[in-house]
Amino acid sequence: MSEKLLLKGGRVLDPSQDLDGVRDILLADGMVAALGEQIDAPEDTRIIDCAGLLVTPGLIDVHVHLREPGGEHKETIASGARAAAAGGFTAVCAMPNTDPAMDDPASVGFVAAEGRRAQAARVYPVGCISVGRSGERLAPVGEMVDAGAVAITDDGSPVTNSLLMRLALEYAQSFGIPVADHPEDLSLSPSGQMNEGLVATRLGLKGKPNAMEDIHILRDIMLAELTGGHLHLQHVSTRFGVESIRQAKSRGVHVTAEASPHHLVLTEDAVDGYRTEAKMNPPLRAQTDVDAVRAGLADGALDIIATDHAPHHYDEKEAAFEDAPNGIVGLETAVGIVLTRVVNEGVIDLATMVERMSCQPARAFGLPGGTLAEGSVGDVSVLDLDAQWTVDAAAFLSKSRNTPFAGWVLQGAPVRTIVGGKTVWEAAREDVREDAT
Amino acid sequence: MNPSVSSLGKDLVGLEDLSGDQIISILDTAEPFKEISERRIKKVPVLRGKTIVNLFFEASTRTRVSFEFAEKRLSADTVNIAASGSSVVKGETLVDTARNLEAMRIDMVVMRHGSSGAARFLAERIPSSVINAGDGQHEHPTQALLDLLTIRDHMGRIEGLRVCIVGDVLHSRVARSNIYGLLKLGAEVAVCGPPTLMPPAIQELGVTAFTRIEEAIEWAGVLNVLRLQLERMHGGFVPSLREYNRIWGVSSQRLAAAPRDVLVLHPGPMNRGVEIDSDVADGPHSVILNQVTNGVAIRMAVLYLLAGGRQESAEAAKQGGEA
Repeated sequence: MSEKLLLKGGRVLDPSQDLDGVRDILLADGMVAALGEQIDAPEDTRIIDCAGLLVTPGLIDVHVHLREPGGEHKETIASGARAAAAGGFTAVCAMPNTDPAMDDPASVGFVAAEGRRAQAARVYPVGCISVGRSGERLAPVGEMVDAGAVAITDDGSPVTNSLLMRLALEYAQSFGIPVADHPEDLSLSPSGQMNEGLVATRLGLKGKPNAMEDIHILRDIMLAELTGGHLHLQHVSTRFGVESIRQAKSRGVHVTAEASPHHLVLTEDAVDGYRTEAKMNPPLRAQTDVDAVRAGLADGALDIIATDHAPHHYDEKEAAFEDAPNGIVGLETAVGIVLTRVVNEGVIDLATMVERMSCQPARAFGLPGGTLAEGSVGDVSVLDLDAQWTVDAAAFLSKSRNTPFAGWVLQGAPVRTIVGGKTVWEAAREDVREDAT
Repeated sequence: MNPSVSSLGKDLVGLEDLSGDQIISILDTAEPFKEISERRIKKVPVLRGKTIVNLFFEASTRTRVSFEFAEKRLSADTVNIAASGSSVVKGETLVDTARNLEAMRIDMVVMRHGSSGAARFLAERIPSSVINAGDGQHEHPTQALLDLLTIRDHMGRIEGLRVCIVGDVLHSRVARSNIYGLLKLGAEVAVCGPPTLMPPAIQELGVTAFTRIEEAIEWAGVLNVLRLQLERMHGGFVPSLREYNRIWGVSSQRLAAAPRDVLVLHPGPMNRGVEIDSDVADGPHSVILNQVTNGVAIRMAVLYLLAGGRQESAEAAKQGGEA
């Protein structure tokens, strides 16, 4: 019934099959129907010339805030799914710190349904660990999984109560889903605004020491070790945190972890001048931490690049620093930032980038995709590694513009995003291809 | 006068942004203005026709009154807006407040706000001059300028002096402004207080840190004693006010043990018997009331310079002419 797509002559990079070479890919019935060196187009097939372009398994962002319900002035599920597609992502995992919080099957089902209606990137809901994200008692995890939840988290807040975290790590094993935690010992600096250090001291802002994150990461690792549950640590930003995860993995603890693009390329210096567009949690840290996060991404201590896409309305960020909310948008800059400032700087190679942005996210969260093997889901990202472009926040499909990367000149951009065998987003030619010259 | 040619730039947000020469020029400009406050008729027409808004989001008596006297003695038209933190939703209101003030065509805003960076935030958004009267735990530049002027009055210089800032440096905007100002004028600077009240990485600013007041007093020629706010005890930073006084209080016994006469400043309001003993505050070392007197002259100098006045014309300006 549906049109078939033949992606012709692209450089197909699929670490799940150790594949890096010029191939054709035929997509039919929402799946990868064939992958080969020379595929002739069957009838009713649209041929897409991918010569000179990079073709990868669809990129997956396991950490985004789509704000709906309750924060529709910042983002909606539809606008977030479109922004994801425009950023080269074929799927995103929506965090449950909405208003009301996604802590029951009805709200999880709502997000899943709105995600399907958007017809852009796939939207996988993540449910709360605790009822109302209050950190007190376990939410109905099984029912939420039945309604489409792919993981649980109280993200935005840490799980402070160690018993609750233990119970979550035990209980979630029935469903094979990860328990994702935002590691932060809030008692150490309840009103911290940025990384603790010289910049915070100069600006007169309360600091958040690395230890806030380190203490919580260690506790979570110990509980994962105790329970055998799958711990997923979100947005790791500290050198000790990275090292702790590396050691836990070597002991065989079931832990996966994220690095955010901003923690890979920015330090606390970006906050100087009270730049609220660089205010986030965990905060931008020192250069030694950035170096450690980059090293962790390279050696696999950190499995996944996830944006922590956190849209905020311009009114909210247009405030004195301590009155502004945490977070930046990331969906539409991630590919360009990672290619330009991580891959092209030699921290990881292209295959590792695809591993960290597609294969591992699919594996860790049990999602379809992460591979272009025949018979797998037809989610494909097509990137132009030669495209030069300048980040223009006004052009984002996201409803929000809060980025510290405005004006950055980047090399490498998504040009086509295919979900279930259908193109859901395509770069306007003048946007990318002409800039490339 | 034309603010676009101000030697200080458009605003006074903090001393971190100023050069040593700019700071000295403010101090030198304040000298002739001191005398105005000693006259029977304490008014000169230097800022006639200028409109100044005193926008205080935090309670203040001393600073607000000092600014108001400075403005009135220079003949500016002033409006006071006191918005208590509880009645104002911070942040968004600040944007709208700024826009509304601007729409009324004002010349200067003197602002105190509880959020660090609020003064810069305002300065970046309105064409009027913004004077920071204290922003969160960031800077309080006019306080530091009046401290510098008072130190210079009594010691004859700033360069080469050893100045120790004592007390709650962590939460103090006065401390930060003093550190920048003193270092730029060539003083040696130290801080002293409980380690719980020392900002992280403070030494990286170029200051020495003492944890014992005895060491600080032995080292210093000038002590600037900060107010210990009562809520620091509730916050657990110090166990009790009595213990604070016993370990870090500036007492006459401790000053008597010093190898030299030590000048004692305090930005006020004082907690007598906590960070400073009464016999010190009222004794021969203290220049605390001189600071208050100098505060008016310093603020007149800042207003005058930001309005486009020249330091070399200040003497003439106070004789009656508009600069």
